[in-house]
Amino acid sequence: MNKPFAITLDPGSSLANHTGSWRTLKPVYGDRLPPCNQACPAGENTQGWLYHAESGDYEAAWRVLTQDNPMPAVMGRVCYHPCEGACNRGELDSAVGINSVERFLGDEAIKRGWAFEGQAAASGKTVLVVGAGPSGLSAAYHLAMLGHAVTIKEAGPLPGGMMRFGIPMYRLPREVLDAEVARIAALGVKIEYNAKVANIKEAMTQGGFDAAFLAVGAHIAKRAKIPAGDAARILDAVSVLRSMEGEEKPLLGRKVVVYGGGNTAIDVARTAKRLGATESIIVYRRNREKMPAHDFEVEEALQEGVMIKWLSTITQADGGSITVEKMELDAKGFPQPTGQFETMEADSVVLALGQDVDLSLLDGVPGLEIADGVVKVGANMMTGASGIFAGGDMVPSERTVTVAVGHGKKAARHIDAWLRGSVYEPAAKHEPAPFGRLNTWYYSDAPKTMRPMLDTVRRQSTFDEVQGGLDESTALFEARRCLSCGNCFECDNCYGVCPDNAVVKLGPGQRYRFDYDYCKGCGVCAAECPCGAITMVPEAI
Amino acid sequence: MNQQVKFYQTGTRTVGNRLLAPEQRAIQADIERTNSLNCGHRACQGCGEALGARYAIDAAMRAANNQLIAANATGCLEVFSTPYPETSWQVPWIHSLFGNAAAVATGIAAAMRVKGKPDVRVVAQGGDGGTTDIGFGCLSGMFERNDDVLYICYDNEAYMNTGVQRSSATPGGARTATTMPLGEHPGNPFGQGKSVPLIAMAHEIPYVATATVADLRDLEAKVTKAIGIRGAKYMQVLVPCPLGWGAASQDTIKLARLAKECGLFPVFEAEFGEITGVSKIRSKVPVEEYLRPQRRYAHLFGKTPRAEDIARIQAKADRNIKKFGLLDQGEA
Repeated sequence: MNKPFAITLDPGSSLANHTGSWRTLKPVYGDRLPPCNQACPAGENTQGWLYHAESGDYEAAWRVLTQDNPMPAVMGRVCYHPCEGACNRGELDSAVGINSVERFLGDEAIKRGWAFEGQAAASGKTVLVVGAGPSGLSAAYHLAMLGHAVTIKEAGPLPGGMMRFGIPMYRLPREVLDAEVARIAALGVKIEYNAKVANIKEAMTQGGFDAAFLAVGAHIAKRAKIPAGDAARILDAVSVLRSMEGEEKPLLGRKVVVYGGGNTAIDVARTAKRLGATESIIVYRRNREKMPAHDFEVEEALQEGVMIKWLSTITQADGGSITVEKMELDAKGFPQPTGQFETMEADSVVLALGQDVDLSLLDGVPGLEIADGVVKVGANMMTGASGIFAGGDMVPSERTVTVAVGHGKKAARHIDAWLRGSVYEPAAKHEPAPFGRLNTWYYSDAPKTMRPMLDTVRRQSTFDEVQGGLDESTALFEARRCLSCGNCFECDNCYGVCPDNAVVKLGPGQRYRFDYDYCKGCGVCAAECPCGAITMVPEAI
Repeated sequence: MNQQVKFYQTGTRTVGNRLLAPEQRAIQADIERTNSLNCGHRACQGCGEALGARYAIDAAMRAANNQLIAANATGCLEVFSTPYPETSWQVPWIHSLFGNAAAVATGIAAAMRVKGKPDVRVVAQGGDGGTTDIGFGCLSGMFERNDDVLYICYDNEAYMNTGVQRSSATPGGARTATTMPLGEHPGNPFGQGKSVPLIAMAHEIPYVATATVADLRDLEAKVTKAIGIRGAKYMQVLVPCPLGWGAASQDTIKLARLAKECGLFPVFEAEFGEITGVSKIRSKVPVEEYLRPQRRYAHLFGKTPRAEDIARIQAKADRNIKKFGLLDQGEA
């Protein structure tokens, strides 16, 4: 032994000391389901595409987005963005403007001419899609991407369904819609116009289709029994909005009354204003709290000078005037008549009381179940008839463009599996990422960017788009407001804050791993992870 | 792009940030960081001192171009890192006695000068016991002679290694093994306090700074700056101690953050005796929020809460806020 005085051992590194054995709790990384993704009716991976937008890689963002939804430019204009209602940032300052970033990406894709990539090899199967509305187009896109030959039969002269014939152009410019439809058609999807399917079974047999997806929408306006004189001019919202797309604009007169309280009622009232009505009045039987129309649309309509008569029903319509009865809400919130009447001037009355589905194409198809005027479908979107799937407004659900797009995607996946003789099993959902899991200290303070709005004067007289888009810098700013709830965004906090160097950084895009030989399980990484992507789990002892 | 976007999701609050250029990220974000205090050390779970020491010495290594010698006082940091014959240190490191780290460092600096190696930078480090009590004489001498040493005190407010005895850095009201929560005035007596940063400033040395393990960027910037200055430098880094403070191990950084945000631990820097920079409070919190998670203050919140003591602690925080200008105008 040749060691200095009083030295008996060789020097060594503390690496010999595996402190991981002290641990009772163990940190694990995991991806969680952010509230925006959870809330999206189209099942978008919102946090996932925002992640790419944050770094300015808009094309990658658009590609992640369009894995679920082929129409971001439309969506960024007409979606009621439940994602923003659920956004955790809402508890901090205000929700991330997801919808405006989506629109920016959609517009960017049109501007730059990005096309879909990664279409699967041809499967040899053919699918008939009935209706070129949001649901049909979405299904066609997903089916085409999965390798199937798709034909859309559309009863109308142009694609879009309610996106064209229901949503006014001041909310959705038609060239945007056309551009996104063209990109779907470019996948080889055949769209036949003025091709109403009278009988689905026949159509399938004649065309030799292996499966069908029905998405005919709900285009028949509901009527209300209003006693009316001969001179009364009563129209329905669906035909008014539809005729806006034709050469001859509807004649509504100077004083227009719209009857109903949904988004369609608002659309018609705002359209009437733009067509030159001096008074555009919505008559609704309940109050603002109970109104189904979205608050921001009501607000925009009021800004444009639309008036709303609350708690009123129309009891009589004559040429030039109507009689309304005042209502009262009872304890349960239902309107009850009061017996008080008044007369209002009205050149025309537009009924916006909801729509029914034209189900005549299903006549004689065995096994179908129809209730409340809509077709019942299973969890796989298949009707009672084998191989016939349905979605959008013709099945029981909320009637929005986004829900319809979601139906199209879901149906396409099940149709694909059905055609291949298997069953589609959706991946298990991640655990949620609630606000309480975030460490919000680390995020920079930043209020929401507001989108520019068109001048009120121009909104009252033209059909120019009301809401503007974000430019590149503001869209980037907005994307970076995302908190990345529950999903690692490589901020290096865990790597930095570990007192034991027990976090291994794997490099850009590769995230991190724990070195359990040395991790003592203190939990600092989990506590200081801004987005709550680390969970402490008990060790099996 | 029509304007520069100056917003980066988490900005510089997080350790790294994929949206920032590598040179804008913290030294701790670098895969190539020194890891001067390596894995396998025997510090408790969630040790603030182990964290603070790695933060500081990694930054010092970077600033000194890896030409660094560290002297260490006796204390937790020495005991948990270097039980004979193992060590966690990956830098030249020397331990002598409890009270002489400043003197040892002075000697190293003198030796380097004599050997003509001005590039080798010298750091001395110790806990609050070895700095504010036992090594205080040597430290003051180092300041007074303006020796070219950066002295870093990792302040966890008591002698933790030997079983949590009171030091001159222990705050009023805190329980330690020698200031038990008993009698009429439980916990550490409310004395005059002893701020070594202010005492260091009174020596008018080139650089004095305080920092916490909750603000890494600030800590790294101060160490980097200090290494670049010739002469005596002093830094005091607040490093919460889960064991001695009776806190949950995952709360180490949170407590350091709260200590700064409530005003009890002012974060500032000074040159030649004048304060030159202050870290403002971002969102002010009452001291209670900082005290409650720590069992060393549990007696203040017992069956009969000691409102008077809490008020005294709050008054100290308020005094700091006023004295150092910790709040932006209009927020006070």
